[in-house]
Amino acid sequence: MQGQIGQEQVGMRAAEAGIKVGSFGKGTSFRKRQARHLTILALPAVLLLFLFQYVPMGGIVLAFKNYRYDLGLWGSKWVGLDNFKFFFTSADAWRVTINTVSLNFMFIVAGTAGSVFFAILLHEINWKRLKQFYQTTMFFPYFLSWPVIALIVYALLNVDLGIVNKALEAFGFEPVFWYSEPEVWPYILLAVHFWKYVGHGAIIYYAGIMSFDRSFYEAAAVDGATTWQMRLYVTVPMLFPLVIILFLINMGNIFHAEFGLFYMVTQDSGVLYSTTDVIDTYVYRSLRVIGDIGMASAVGLYQAVVGFVLILSVNLLIRKYSAENALF
Amino acid sequence: MTETQRRGTAWLNHIPLLILSFICIAPIALMISISLSSAESITAFGYSFFPHALDGKAYAYVLSASERIVRAYGVSLFVTLLGTCLSLLVVSMIAYPLSRRDYMHRGKLMFYVVFTMLFNGGLVPTYIFVSKYLHLKDTVWALILPYLAAPWFIAMLRTYFAQLSHEVIEAATVDGCSEFRILFTLVIPMSKPALATVGLLTVLRYWNDWFLGLLYIDDTHLYTLQLLLYVMMANIQELLKTAADTGILEIADFPSESARMAMALIVAGPMLLVFPFFQKYFVKGLTDGAVKG
Repeated sequence: MQGQIGQEQVGMRAAEAGIKVGSFGKGTSFRKRQARHLTILALPAVLLLFLFQYVPMGGIVLAFKNYRYDLGLWGSKWVGLDNFKFFFTSADAWRVTINTVSLNFMFIVAGTAGSVFFAILLHEINWKRLKQFYQTTMFFPYFLSWPVIALIVYALLNVDLGIVNKALEAFGFEPVFWYSEPEVWPYILLAVHFWKYVGHGAIIYYAGIMSFDRSFYEAAAVDGATTWQMRLYVTVPMLFPLVIILFLINMGNIFHAEFGLFYMVTQDSGVLYSTTDVIDTYVYRSLRVIGDIGMASAVGLYQAVVGFVLILSVNLLIRKYSAENALF
Repeated sequence: MTETQRRGTAWLNHIPLLILSFICIAPIALMISISLSSAESITAFGYSFFPHALDGKAYAYVLSASERIVRAYGVSLFVTLLGTCLSLLVVSMIAYPLSRRDYMHRGKLMFYVVFTMLFNGGLVPTYIFVSKYLHLKDTVWALILPYLAAPWFIAMLRTYFAQLSHEVIEAATVDGCSEFRILFTLVIPMSKPALATVGLLTVLRYWNDWFLGLLYIDDTHLYTLQLLLYVMMANIQELLKTAADTGILEIADFPSESARMAMALIVAGPMLLVFPFFQKYFVKGLTDGAVKG
């Protein structure tokens, strides 16, 4: 339909410009030629996506094979569901699933609440210079890589030299061996994740608030609304759709953990696995350290399929809630 | 409540924001301080926000151009520059057809792109295919190719291209311009803000990446800066090995703690330099692309 209209317009413009319409009067052949050129343009990306995304999708058969490097993908023997059985009957399955979901859920809830809070405060700041200063500094951690962040965390938590233990000692407490205390790590990871992403989130919500119709605020001010009334009855309700959508998108990704956070910041310390091992670190270890390729693929497939189902459900929810914001 | 009363409590907003700002930048101050501290003062007092005894040895070591660090810098720079240029090219080339409402394969092609955001083969099949069948292991291409056609950036640019004036493009078609020429002489020059946003995000992605290196690079000659930093953090011996290469420092008085921090600052440095440019485009770029996808 759209295409037809576009074609008609081209014809009309051509007529206006005094060009012979006959040369591409037969719309279909022109459209086909044009489509071929556009397809050629898209080709490099199509090929790259094919190689790095679609071909590996075929590789999920590995989950049902006992993969041996020398025999390759086709030569290796089929083992049915053995890889899955092995994984799901181990204690690991439960542990990594619970860790992934519960930690991610914590990150999402705290991150959303924190970002909205700071976005609202930022929005109410009138001093332009200071506002820019806040924006810049809170965005800052987003630009640091995980290896750098891991080193920063190490500088804080190192047993002998770290800032935190020095502070504890100064107040007369015993130093803590942070890297061998699994119970505290969910909170450390939460803090690090919050630190890295809260400013980024706040600026997204801030941009959302900036796009609101100013007249609501003016009307509220005329009616004598207090700051808190403005927040509760103007800003928050208007921000709600954006919050819900971003929240749902994050929920759709709850099965995928931020590998750098869990692998680098924890220094991949085995002592901490009970609270920090997530699906992504588990798959990586099975692949690169233990070399159990069959099981690593099975766990990867489990993650991909559950993740896919989650994203589809989330999209369904968004479509129900506000159709124009649905992802597809 | 009146305007003046509201202003009366407005200063309260600054408190949480100031605390957040402080927390966000304090670690960098800490890193700078540690990198400038002498080895003896670190042993005696631990890390601290203010150096007890200033010492430039860490920088002397890092800047003495240890061969590995210089190489890693080169690899990171090469990967980031080439990766970003190629990525922008490839991404705009597919984003343009996707933005054309009159392109007959638009729907199918969009599905082809979006589906990769929803489902993937996972780490293992990708790893095996790339290393065993594409033979990219221990090549610089393993650090570049997997990120070239980024679906998210394709979607962002497509949205932007679709907002451009259709009349101009149609007029160019009528004038007999090829699609190739329309893209490169019309669409791309008209889309500088969007290309800058996506370009800087791509720079960030390539420069900060260590995952591809961790997976596909065993050859130390191809280590990126991030990977080298990680290896040095995980294994202090690596740091000493690098120090021994330089030959200018005795291993005994090697300032390993401060050298690591100096190294981290050098790794993060370039991103902190381009940071102000990001800042300018980000608020707009993020909301245009990320939310409306």
